[in-house]
Amino acid sequence: MSGTTKTAGKASTKTRAKIPKVLCGLKKRESGEVWDLKLYVAGQSPKSVTAFANLKKLCEEHLKGKFRIEVIDLLKNPQLAKGDQILAVPTLVRKLPVPIRKIIGDLSNTERVLVGLDLRPGG
Amino acid sequence: MPEKTKSDAKKRVRTSLLSKVPTGIQGLDEITQGGLPKGRPTLVCGSAGCGKTLLAMEFLVRGAVQFNEPGVFIAFEENAEELTNNVASLGFDLEDLVKKKKIVVDYVYIERSEIEETGEYDLEGLFIRLDHAIKSVGAKRVVIDTIEALFSGLPNHNILRAELRRLFRWLKEKGVTAVITGEKGEGTLTRHGLEEYVADCVIMLDHRVTEQISTRRLRVVKYRGSLHGTNEYPFLIDETGFSVLPITSVGLNHKATEERVPSGIPRLDAMLSGKGYYRGSSILVSGTAGTGKTTIAVHLINEACRRGERCLYMASEESANQIIRNARSIGIDLAPWVKKGLLHFNVARPTYSGLEMHLVTVNKLVKEFRPTVAVIDPITGLTNIGSVEEVKAMLMRLIDMLKNSGITALCTSLTHGGENLEQTEVAVTSLMDTWLLVRDIEYNGERTRGLYVLKSRGMAHSNQIREFLITDKGIDLTDVYIGRGMVLTGAARKRQEMKEDAEAAARKEELERVKRELERKRLLMEAKINEIRAQYESAEEELLAGVKAHELMEKALTFDRGVIAGMRKADASKQGPKDGRDSGGKR
Repeated sequence: MSGTTKTAGKASTKTRAKIPKVLCGLKKRESGEVWDLKLYVAGQSPKSVTAFANLKKLCEEHLKGKFRIEVIDLLKNPQLAKGDQILAVPTLVRKLPVPIRKIIGDLSNTERVLVGLDLRPGG
Repeated sequence: MPEKTKSDAKKRVRTSLLSKVPTGIQGLDEITQGGLPKGRPTLVCGSAGCGKTLLAMEFLVRGAVQFNEPGVFIAFEENAEELTNNVASLGFDLEDLVKKKKIVVDYVYIERSEIEETGEYDLEGLFIRLDHAIKSVGAKRVVIDTIEALFSGLPNHNILRAELRRLFRWLKEKGVTAVITGEKGEGTLTRHGLEEYVADCVIMLDHRVTEQISTRRLRVVKYRGSLHGTNEYPFLIDETGFSVLPITSVGLNHKATEERVPSGIPRLDAMLSGKGYYRGSSILVSGTAGTGKTTIAVHLINEACRRGERCLYMASEESANQIIRNARSIGIDLAPWVKKGLLHFNVARPTYSGLEMHLVTVNKLVKEFRPTVAVIDPITGLTNIGSVEEVKAMLMRLIDMLKNSGITALCTSLTHGGENLEQTEVAVTSLMDTWLLVRDIEYNGERTRGLYVLKSRGMAHSNQIREFLITDKGIDLTDVYIGRGMVLTGAARKRQEMKEDAEAAARKEELERVKRELERKRLLMEAKINEIRAQYESAEEELLAGVKAHELMEKALTFDRGVIAGMRKADASKQGPKDGRDSGGKR
């Protein structure tokens, strides 16, 4: 997966200005639970930008020091859509901890995101 | 045949205004007059298990194999492996096509429970995947099966509908010919109203069971900017794939040869202007039970096999062995032909399968076995499994198919007693070129068989009824008694003939007698004439004798007078006679 990230990183520096390829919120000293998240976007669409901003805020609030976000731009890597069965954009996939969870939309409804990520009991 | 339809389809595409993409599916291109609208989406809808996925898959596979148009299959319901297995039964090697980069199968998995909706989104992911798949093989054809799965997977239908609209527009922009499948809804074509978005061409599939026999049907509900067959056409799914059987797909463009096929019954050939049936024509033999329809068929087959031609016998009432045994009883042995592989029996009860399946079975047999003569005995058995109209349509297709293949087809049709003889149960007579009617002639407490040629297109056939005898040496046709305004057969004919013979003898006798009488009369007359003549002659004789006597007497007198004169020394020369007369007078 890191290989993909590298090539994507080379592609454009402008994109990084708005949505970085990888946002690593892991603190080395903290062990245990790691939240591996993938955000699938399509270019720099408003929904994608909103989603990333929402995700970043949410992670820093609720998963401080134990999250890693990989952003995948499907316009650049369309073949990656198949692997995680992506239909909707943006889609947030929780790879870890298992089970895999999918959250679609711009993540503006924080409550729903938290439920989706199993950070809050179902509502 | 497939090559022909292919080229035909291509030709039509060129001529029609709306450019079309041939599906390669047997019959469908004919109904749609060339295929699906090029570069536009087509909706294929129908209830579960009616063959939507197969139709779509065949469209793709045939496109890739026959028309060199790669395709993309977006599956929402089955994964690639399941799909591969499912279509393998139709003879499609999907795996191979995928390997050769002719087809891409993309399984889109969507599970409601795993998805959480949070705010705005679109289906760009699907677009990207589709776009990627299309680009990866340069696809010209796309199948989306069944996009309605999205409705259960994604709760926000407003977004979904907007995105679907965008998807179909996008597909059009891409210029790919797409087939979208949709589940039939209550009172609507599709459960979620896909027809709203895909409006260029809508094909509906149906699977109906009537009287325990299921029939699949296809109908082109809508085809914007194109003419299309509007009927419901039966279709089949078998090991060669999908085949729609539109009656028009066969058409009436078969060749008509001058070649004749002897019927195996010399007298019957004689009735058919001396040479028999036309090759490739259709012959109907109709008649009531036990009139010898099968026997006529057996003769044709026997004759064809003797010439070394292959024959197909489709029996639905008797087993092959029974037919062979019965044929042997009239001196025809079919068993050697079966052994030589010239005669093939296909025995199946009509109720064994639906009408369409029968048609396909025949179609396949014809393609594999390549017979020149086919017998369907009887066609009336088929009415058990369908309405008259359906059976007629099926037979029409069957006969057209046989005709197109140049096969001489003989069908027997059972007419029930009391029915109009000149009308078959299945109204197919107009399809037939030659119609032989075998009928019972009941007269004077005896039943005999009569055969006549009711029609025979393109030949000067006999108009006479022939008596039809089934002997241990086969069929024998004899002349019926025609005379004195009567037509008699059987014993009545014999009796009449005997009677006539007796009468003729009597007449002859009478004539002889009259002749003899005349002779006698003539003789009598002649005798009488002779008698009269004799009388006359005797009278004549007598009279002549009298005359002579008188003359002699005269002479004698004259002489005497001379002598007396001499004696008297008279001047004989001067006075002789005068003196004599004078003297006589004086005396």
